[in-house]
Amino acid sequence: MNWRIFLETMPEGDATWWQMLASGLGWTLACAATAWIIALAAGTSIGIARTGTSRAASRVAATYVELFRNIPLIIQFFLWYFVLPELCPPLKRWVVQADPAAVQFLAATLCLGLFTSARIAEQVRAGIESLGRGQRQAARAMGLNEAQCYRHVLLPVTFRVIMPPLTSELMNLVKNTAVAYSIGLAELFFRTREMGEITFRYFEAFAAATLAYMVIALAANRAMRFIERRIAVPGVAGTARSAH
Amino acid sequence: MNDLDLDVITRALPWLAQGLQYTVQLTCVAALGGTVLGTLLALARLSPRPIVAGLAASYVNLMRSVPLLLVIFWFYFLVPLGLQWLTSAENPPRVGAERSAYVTFILFEAAYFCEIVRAGIASVGAGQQAAARALGLDQAQVLVHVILPQAFRNMLPVLLTQAIILFQDVSLVSLLNVTDFVGAAGKIAQRDGRVVEMYLFVALVYLVLCSMTSALVRRWQRTHSIGQHPETAR
Amino acid sequence: MSMISLEAVSKWYDSFKVLDACTTAIERGEVVVICGPSGSGKSTLIKCINALEPFQQGTILVDGISVGDPQTNLARLRARVGMVFQHFELFPHLSVLANLNLAQVKVLGRTRDVASERSLALLDRVGLRDQAAKFPAQLSGGQQQRVAIARALSMDPIAMLFDEPTSALDPEMIVEVLDVMSTLAQEGMTMLCVTHEMGFARRVANRVIFMDHGTIVEDVAKDAFFDDPSARTARAQTFLSKILQH
Ligand SMILES: Nc1ncnc2c1ncn2[C@@H]1O[C@H](COP(=O)(O)OP(=O)(O)OP(=O)(O)O)[C@@H](O)[C@H]1O
Ligand SMILES: [Mg+2]
Repeated sequence: MNWRIFLETMPEGDATWWQMLASGLGWTLACAATAWIIALAAGTSIGIARTGTSRAASRVAATYVELFRNIPLIIQFFLWYFVLPELCPPLKRWVVQADPAAVQFLAATLCLGLFTSARIAEQVRAGIESLGRGQRQAARAMGLNEAQCYRHVLLPVTFRVIMPPLTSELMNLVKNTAVAYSIGLAELFFRTREMGEITFRYFEAFAAATLAYMVIALAANRAMRFIERRIAVPGVAGTARSAH
Repeated sequence: MNDLDLDVITRALPWLAQGLQYTVQLTCVAALGGTVLGTLLALARLSPRPIVAGLAASYVNLMRSVPLLLVIFWFYFLVPLGLQWLTSAENPPRVGAERSAYVTFILFEAAYFCEIVRAGIASVGAGQQAAARALGLDQAQVLVHVILPQAFRNMLPVLLTQAIILFQDVSLVSLLNVTDFVGAAGKIAQRDGRVVEMYLFVALVYLVLCSMTSALVRRWQRTHSIGQHPETAR
Repeated sequence: MSMISLEAVSKWYDSFKVLDACTTAIERGEVVVICGPSGSGKSTLIKCINALEPFQQGTILVDGISVGDPQTNLARLRARVGMVFQHFELFPHLSVLANLNLAQVKVLGRTRDVASERSLALLDRVGLRDQAAKFPAQLSGGQQQRVAIARALSMDPIAMLFDEPTSALDPEMIVEVLDVMSTLAQEGMTMLCVTHEMGFARRVANRVIFMDHGTIVEDVAKDAFFDDPSARTARAQTFLSKILQH
């Protein structure tokens, strides 16, 4: 084992290996953060549609969830990155002349964001359903309309209740960014592999990546726990941490 | 864009079927192996010996905090070295990604199944444990005859849902050039320049298979929860 | 004009008839108690009055406004009819004060200061002013239900609906809630209460409605209901003797 390898420069260019890995880590974090915002926004909307009064909206939301949950993530990456431009000529024209890294990043964040949103939508739905009909009726009985009922009563409680499963979803999202390697996004896993292939120092490269992912997972977990504690209210407990 | 050429799919069907067969095979082996190993891990985590429990917990946490893709590559690289050490051979044997994937997925899924089994055991409740001990059964008998049967019944839907996730996750081995279902489709897509048809077809097959299976799981869950106490069902 | 009037109201869940041609009227300042066996449709009737449940036939007028009319602004109507639930249904993430303020600000458009002033006055009335900053889970059941009553009153309702407000409470807490309700009745509030507290009915109610299988079987003055067994139907008689045994 030779840990000094990280200080050696790459064959082309003058960046050291550890700088390359750090730049990969940067892409991983940027990708996860952007996708998380998309996932929260879309997931909450779909979860609301799933539990609202409109039958049609509820059915559309259910289909959305089924669609994104039942296709492997790697195929979803291929659909966004390879297939969609082929089906949409104006998009293709843009892709051809755009910066490849930008296209990869856009495809990866959309893909991961919507993939994760379907899972968040299910958590939101389960959370709202766990509150029972009484809360909704009480809010409506006081004259709040449906939007106000969600905004001021159902969602604030739901998000407190589903903080633990949301935490695991965030950690899953961070791990899933590695699959963006399949479309060539130069994130952490991509750089790790690259370093292994060029230097044959697989063990060192993988060990560094493992450590980095563990640290991010821990940090994401701590951050969510911190928020969970900050918004905690007596009597509103989170659901049991789900297995997956 | 060229018009869709559905013929390319028909021509590739035998090849795709072979890929799907490998995918299903790997899923089943990993699900079974993962459940067995996961149960052992769960029991280890509940062990009164802190070293055993701590080791099992560290293993589970390590596996769960690292991307599956990284684990797949770790094992691809480590399994030959492990075998070399086990057999004290001169050179690491050539294992190939197809076979190292079995080891990878059993060991990886075990961590996830462990947590499911642990939750399943917790769902049985301390009352049952106390009642069984009161009848004079020893700890092993309590586990085998009272706790685990109930735990497995409670967690069957979650286990199956995890198996559906596994079925999808297996597709990542295609990145090691393995000819699973996705890998098979990818090779045709490259060779014939038919990316759109092949990936849409693969997506559709997964969508149909996974939706059907999860619909079955949900139905089983519904018919099964009838006997549940209304207070706990809510 | 009656405060609340029901005219031949019927409701179905799919093919199951929950309310069968219910007709009655509640006058301004009147206190009416509804009782009857479980599943007889009491909650459904009361929820129809503030449109929490739709009904298929008949008319319900609240202060002259038709509840079933699609033109009616339901939010406005609901805001004018206070409702108290069996399981309190306080919003767990809001402090007691915020529970009272929410709809005043969002529905009535009051400023936070005006709302808080009103809320504190109402909390004073139910004896809980010193609990204003607490969260619902930090209160006893009886205290939570008194907060729920104050919350309903915060909208300055013209009538109050109660759905078994004491049946989820321990016996020692029932009294404190019934006391608040009695005071409210004495002050002239129009009240429709589903309750099996016959002592309360005897002391406070003007009229008693007895329901069974979705129909209003009896709708008589309190004295007739309690003191004149010959006027009671056999069904009401059996029901009363059962609950009065305890
Ligand atoms: N959402 C619903 N869907 C179908 N049936 C319902 C629904 N809600 C209530 N019911 C049925 O309507 C009937 C009347 O219910 P309701 O809740 O009004 O009875 P209740 O008199 O309030 O009984 P309780 O004393 O138990 O509260 C019951 O038979 C109940 O099973
Ligand atoms: Mg009721």
